[in-house]
Amino acid sequence: MKFLVCISNVPDTTTKITFTPDNKEFNKAGVQFVINPWDEYALTRAIELKEAQGSGTVTVLNVGEADTEPNIRKALAIGADDAIRVNAAPKDAYFVAEQIAAIAKEGAYDVILMGKESIDYNGFQVHGMVGELLGIPTVAPAMKLDMSGNTATLEREIEGGKEIVEVATPFVASCQQPMCEPRIPNMRGIMTARTKPLKVVEPTGEGARTSVAEYALPPKKQGVKLIPAESAGDLIKLLRNEAKVI
Amino acid sequence: MSVLVVVECDGGEVKKSSLEVASYGSQVAQMLGTTATAVAVGEATEANLAQLGEQGISKVLYDAEPRLKDFVNGAYTKLIAAAAEKEGAQVIVLANSNIGAAVGSRLSVRLKASLATNVVELPKNDGGSFTVKRGAFSGKAFADVVLTGDRKILAVKKNSIEALHEAGKTATVESFSASLSDADFADAPKQVVMQDQAGGVLLPEADRVVSGGRGMKGPENWHLIEDLAKALGAATACSKPVSDVDWRPHHEHVGQTGITVSPNLYIACGISGAIQHLAGVNSSKVIVVINKDPEAPFFKAADYGIVGDVFEVLPKLTQAIKELN
Ligand SMILES: Cc1cc2nc3c(=O)[nH]c(=O)nc-3n(C[C@H](O)[C@H](O)[C@H](O)COP(=O)(O)OP(=O)(O)OC[C@H]3O[C@@H](n4cnc5c(N)ncnc54)[C@H](O)[C@@H]3O)c2cc1C
Repeated sequence: MKFLVCISNVPDTTTKITFTPDNKEFNKAGVQFVINPWDEYALTRAIELKEAQGSGTVTVLNVGEADTEPNIRKALAIGADDAIRVNAAPKDAYFVAEQIAAIAKEGAYDVILMGKESIDYNGFQVHGMVGELLGIPTVAPAMKLDMSGNTATLEREIEGGKEIVEVATPFVASCQQPMCEPRIPNMRGIMTARTKPLKVVEPTGEGARTSVAEYALPPKKQGVKLIPAESAGDLIKLLRNEAKVI
Repeated sequence: MSVLVVVECDGGEVKKSSLEVASYGSQVAQMLGTTATAVAVGEATEANLAQLGEQGISKVLYDAEPRLKDFVNGAYTKLIAAAAEKEGAQVIVLANSNIGAAVGSRLSVRLKASLATNVVELPKNDGGSFTVKRGAFSGKAFADVVLTGDRKILAVKKNSIEALHEAGKTATVESFSASLSDADFADAPKQVVMQDQAGGVLLPEADRVVSGGRGMKGPENWHLIEDLAKALGAATACSKPVSDVDWRPHHEHVGQTGITVSPNLYIACGISGAIQHLAGVNSSKVIVVINKDPEAPFFKAADYGIVGDVFEVLPKLTQAIKELN
C-alpha cells in the first residue's frame, strides 16, 4: 500500500506571533519552525500501518521553499521512505490542495493522510479540496484509522460524539489525536534520513483563490480584576452585574 | 444572485451556530440587495425551519431523505451544490463546524468558489471581491482575507456573530430533492456514538465553559467542575495534560491542538495558561482564572481572577450561583 503524508512547516507552538511592519506577512525572524503537530499524527499512523502490513511505502509531501527541508528530513528520520517537495511558497489552501492532488494522482497513492489543519493558517480546508479534486472520499477529522485489505475503518469526530465510517481506498483523511502517539526520530533514523530520496518538483495548477491583505493582533486585555479568595462569591455578582455574562 | 445559508439541524432543532450563520447570511444578503435562502441538513421539523424567518431567512429548502439525518459528506455536498445552482447563489454561508468545513472545502472546488473559514466578521464588499476577517495562528492573530472569485463561501466561527431575533417573522419551507443516489452515500457512517456531555451542553456550541487543569489533582475531584458547570448551564473542558492522562475524554481538551472555543464566559480552574492552551481559548469574551499561584501566566489573559485554592473557591462559586438563581 502506498501512503502519501502531507506535512506543513509551521511556527513552533510557543511562538509569539508578530508581523512585518506593513502587517502583510508573518515575521519569521528568530522563529523556530516545526512539523505541524496534527501532521505528526498522520505521519506516525502511516508508518505504523505500513509496518503492520509488512510492505508498502510512506512518502512525505511538503509544499514549501527550500527552508522547509530540515522538517522534511525530520519526517524521513521518523520513518518515511522518501519525500517530495513542491518548490513554492504555499499561497492559500486551494493552491496547496492542487499540488497535493496532482502528486497523488501521478503516484497513484492509496491513502492520503494529513493533519486536521495547520496551526498557523487554521484553514481546515485542504483535505476536502484534495478529496474533491481527486473525486474520492474525505474523512475529517479522523481520530482513529485501521486498515483491513483495501478497506479503512475510521472514527470521525462530530460535535458531541463520533461516527464510525468505512471507506475503500483511495481516500483522504485528516488526522487528530488520539490516533496514535507521535514518534520522535532516533539516532539511526537521523543517520538514514540523510540518504533517503527527496525529490523537488515545480508547482502546477490554476493558483490561489484568496490572498491575505493584512494581519492583525487581537486587542490587548484591560488587565485582570482580582477578587479575594475569601469573598469568592462576589465574583458571581460581578459576572452578572458588570460583565453581564450570567 | 442570492445568498445561500447552510443550516445544520440535530434532533429536529436548528443548532445555535446555525442561527448565527442564518443571521450572518441575511445581513450579507441585505448588503448585496438580495434575499437569503437556507438549505437545511440533518433532522429538522418544519416548524423549527419556518422560525428561521426570525434570523432574516425568506425561504428554507429541505430534503426529507432519511439517510441525510447523519452527516454524509458526499450527499451533503451534492445537496448543497444543487441548492446553490437552483438559487443562483453567489455567496454560500456555513458554520465553521466539522460539517461546515468538510462540506465547504469540497463545495469550493465543485463550484469554483473562493473559500474563507474561521470567519469572525461580516465581509466588506469591494465591488465584486470580499474582504473578510478570519482567525489565524490558532487564535493568536487575525487575517483580512480577500476573496476574488465570482462565487464565495464563508464558514463562520461559532459565537462570533450575534443571532438576530425578529419576533414573528417566518420563512416558507419548501421540499427539495437533489436526486441523490446510493453512490452519494458511500461515506455514510456505519454507527454514530454520542458521548456523555456534562449537563447536556455541547462544548463547541457552548456559551459558557468551566475548564479544569492539572491543578484539579485528579478525576475524583471533577465533581467540583461539574457542579459549577451545572449551576451555570455551562459545558466542561480541560487542558491537554488532563486528557493525555485520561482524567477527562479527548473531546474536552481545548487549546491549540484541541478544540478552539470562544464562549461568552470561560472559567479556568487550576490551569497555568501555557501559550498553547491560551491559543484555543483567548477569544472568549470574559475569562475568569482561579489559580493558587499569583504568577500563573493565565492571569495576564484574564478579565477576573481569584488567587486561591480551587478546592476552596469552586464550592463557594457554585453556592453563590445557587443563591442567585
Ligand atoms: C505541540 C504542543 C501542543 C499543545 N497543545 C495544547 C493544547 O491544545 N491545550 C493545552 O491545554 N495544552 C497544550 N499543550 C501543553 C501546554 O504547553 C501545557 O503543558 C498545558 O496547557 C498545561 O496544563 P495545565 O495548566 O493543566 O497544567 P500545569 O502546567 O501543571 O498547571 C497547573 C496549574 O494549576 C495550579 N494549581 C495547582 N494546584 C492548585 C490548586 N489547588 N488550586 C488552584 N490552582 C492550583 C498551578 O499553580 C498551575 O498553574 C501543548 C504543548 C505542546 C508542546
